[in-house]
Amino acid sequence: MLATLVIVFREVIEAGLIVGIVLAATKGVARRGFWVSLGIGAGALGACVVAIFASQIAALFQGSGQEIFNASVLLAAVVMLAWHNSWMASHGQDIARQMRAVGGAVAAGQRPMTALAIVVGVAVLREGSEIVLFLYGIANSGSESALAMVAGGILGIVCGALLSALMYLGLVAIPMRRLFAVTTWLITLLAAGMASQAVVFLQQAGYFQSFAEPLWNTSGILPEDSIPGRLLRGLIGYSDSPTAAQLAAYLLTIAVIIMLMRVVSRRRGAAAASLAKT
Amino acid sequence: MRLIGSKQSILAAAAFASALLLSGAAARAEDAQVFNITIKDHKFDPAELHVPAGKPIILVVKNADETAEEFESSTLKVEKVIAGGQQGTVRLRPLAAGSYGFVGEFHEDTASGKIVAE
Repeated sequence: MLATLVIVFREVIEAGLIVGIVLAATKGVARRGFWVSLGIGAGALGACVVAIFASQIAALFQGSGQEIFNASVLLAAVVMLAWHNSWMASHGQDIARQMRAVGGAVAAGQRPMTALAIVVGVAVLREGSEIVLFLYGIANSGSESALAMVAGGILGIVCGALLSALMYLGLVAIPMRRLFAVTTWLITLLAAGMASQAVVFLQQAGYFQSFAEPLWNTSGILPEDSIPGRLLRGLIGYSDSPTAAQLAAYLLTIAVIIMLMRVVSRRRGAAAASLAKT
Repeated sequence: MRLIGSKQSILAAAAFASALLLSGAAARAEDAQVFNITIKDHKFDPAELHVPAGKPIILVVKNADETAEEFESSTLKVEKVIAGGQQGTVRLRPLAAGSYGFVGEFHEDTASGKIVAE
């Protein structure tokens, strides 16, 4: 049961961190609970569907279907996170002003909640489908300890949920004025990490293999598959032996998101200035 | 004016990214050598696989158990879930000579092995 708990917990961590960050980034948004729950629900449902069709998905792209699926899903999440940050760059100041005016956490505007619900859904979908396959296999093997192991799996999910609650509480302890800046950075790094992970899946599918040699190896200091390593991987895309393609994807994602945010906020500033003149 | 500069750099970045994508896609080796590994009773067979160094390799991992397994190796940069009774295809980069460990993440106490590139 303990082994199952640990395995499921390890899978849940990544999705849990993402949910925590999304909840913190949307502090004060009306109906965010609905959108995040929708993301989690749709993701869990999707995970079951993906698990059912696992062998059909795997057979696509000459056996690399699972990798292409994971990479596409990750890249979709990267686009959604970039969208969120650009949106915040254009509306964030208004929201902060509005919040000061009405004295806090009331009516913080709309926020692109669909984008974030998709990010949450995608995270739950990816990790969830692995958990479903794992637990289904155990339940199906009919061993005597199957029930205990499924119980362990459920406990693992609960522990993962607790971790994301901790993540959330830690983040929302940050004063409101700073919170958006922090979550914007977290989301940027989260997106960069996802892009880099997508590249690993593409390399595993046989693409970009000319850039597949690891550049360095820090597994002696912090192995990627340890719990702290996994936490950092989920948060900022830590890799103990990144390849050139991974590093390029990581840096390129950060650069593109920063550029998008600058362009959007400058355009917004220009619009405000021309409004003031008239 | 500066706005146009940012737009141009975004375009340049997009062009760079798509060039990289195309070169990567073109590079997918289809002449790779295929090796088989079977998982049975949460153990790998063979537990030690010898492969030629510097050549692209396709690993076909067949899971003969009823339970799912995650074939994982941090040195090979592979992470793949294989459902019970299914098989998974993993494309490895051309490996430098050396030893690369792998595990079955769902049964790490028994399922471990290594690939020796030479």
